[in-house]
Amino acid sequence: MRGLVQLTATSFKLYLREPIATFFTMAFPALMLILFGSIYGNDPSPLFGGHGTIDVSMPNYTGLILGTVALMSIPITTAGYREQGILRRFRATPMRPLTYIAADVCTNLAMTMVGMLLLLGLGWVLYRVQFEGQFLSYLGAVVLGCLAMFSLGYLIASVAPGARMAQVIGMVIFYPMLFLSGAGMPIELLPDSIRRISAFLPLTYAVNLLRGMWFGEAWSAHLLDVAVLLAMLVVMGGLAVRLFRWE
Amino acid sequence: MSTVIEVENLQKAYGPTRAVDGVSFTVEQGEVFGMVGPNGAGKTTTIECVEGLRRPDAGRVRVLGLDPGGDRRALAERIGIQLQQANLPARLRVGEALNLFGAFYKTAASPRELVERLGLSEKWSAPVTKLSGGQRQRLFIALALVNQPELVFLDELTTGLDPQARRSMWDLVREVRQQGRTVFLTTHFMEEAERLCDRVAILDHGRIVALDRPEALVRSLAVETRVVFTVVGEMQDVPLASLAGVQRVETSGERVIVHGSGDQFVSRVVSALEANRIAFRDLRTEQPTLEDVFLTLTGRELRE
Repeated sequence: MRGLVQLTATSFKLYLREPIATFFTMAFPALMLILFGSIYGNDPSPLFGGHGTIDVSMPNYTGLILGTVALMSIPITTAGYREQGILRRFRATPMRPLTYIAADVCTNLAMTMVGMLLLLGLGWVLYRVQFEGQFLSYLGAVVLGCLAMFSLGYLIASVAPGARMAQVIGMVIFYPMLFLSGAGMPIELLPDSIRRISAFLPLTYAVNLLRGMWFGEAWSAHLLDVAVLLAMLVVMGGLAVRLFRWE
Repeated sequence: MSTVIEVENLQKAYGPTRAVDGVSFTVEQGEVFGMVGPNGAGKTTTIECVEGLRRPDAGRVRVLGLDPGGDRRALAERIGIQLQQANLPARLRVGEALNLFGAFYKTAASPRELVERLGLSEKWSAPVTKLSGGQRQRLFIALALVNQPELVFLDELTTGLDPQARRSMWDLVREVRQQGRTVFLTTHFMEEAERLCDRVAILDHGRIVALDRPEALVRSLAVETRVVFTVVGEMQDVPLASLAGVQRVETSGERVIVHGSGDQFVSRVVSALEANRIAFRDLRTEQPTLEDVFLTLTGRELRE
């Protein structure tokens, strides 16, 4: 337990010392917010059920942050640590693989939260966005979305032969999601034919759930999202732990 | 004295290569046990099977009364490991590394004391990437000692270090031993094994070809000693070759090299020179080393 706490705290510190990674998870979504805010403003639009572009962007960009952490950061860092022999050194201690992954999940969850709070803060300061949901429900959606997407990230790290391949696989999966899942741009802007593809992208379900909880919809209206994310967590998370390699 | 490591008929193959091919030995409490041999002899595979990081194909291994395969975590609590190839996150600092690794164990040494003992106090806040080769190895030794282990494994501790750093590493190993910890090390420097180890196993092609105290290994093989000197004045025909223990005499100009063996060999040569009133200078004897033992046993140089 002490190992878990110390490892989480240390990883968090290391993360903050990595300016590029921090930029991508924290500053990039904030920059997108400013960019699209200056283009579209935040006037109510019938397209978004009377909400503004920025209102809708809050949960969307939160989805973007967790997608970035899950598919860009986790696979590269984990496979890189393995490639460099860092995991090998950890393995020579009594630590369990699960402890390592749990600490890493906590770190990445915390990073996602920090990125999210930054985004929400900016949205409130610049556009006075309104949160219409319930705090705990939204938090629950964020955590579930994170755990499900992170599972995919660790699975990529476990099967990729090296850090370079992990990066490539992560990008190949991430880029379609960036545009087609509703994370990078509202899904309402996509034609129906493209939206059919969205249904195959895991991040779509996370974004959908986040939006629902942001606007105070009931969990019962999002059973499909919850089921898909839980299934991802169980299947991919289980596989990732199973296939986890120290070296 | 009790037995800390027992290895019986250890075998491990990678594909068609038999990396370790029936190795047996024991390590006693409090000794420095060394495994020497050229790269690829099977040293690292052996040490990693003992540490529980690799699973042997066959054979029996007991370490501190535990099975390294089955009780890996219980064993990991009590041993310290310095790996041949390992790394730390680039932006991690020395002090953070020690605090972090200390947290993985039930008993932990004070990180501040450790860095002090290992001469890393000034590097407490330095990122691990900014350390020199020697400092880096010191940090890895500190990590291996962080749980106050009974048994310490050092795999190729001084490879890649300059002679000065190597010497200070030797002092550290002696200190670890003085604290009553057992040390199991591998090296491909014979001199290192000779200076540090109580007992040495010579490994070649996955087998132990000799195992004993370094002096005993040198003596048992009757590896020759050399007496080298320069004759002053006229060179005379001295009947050195007929002395007991002398194998052959090489002369080139004033320089004479006498090859031989046995306890009395050197004094016999010197007495004969004096009895024949031959003046000489720069006389020295060249003792055989483990390097020669290896050459004798395998017919090959250690580093080829």
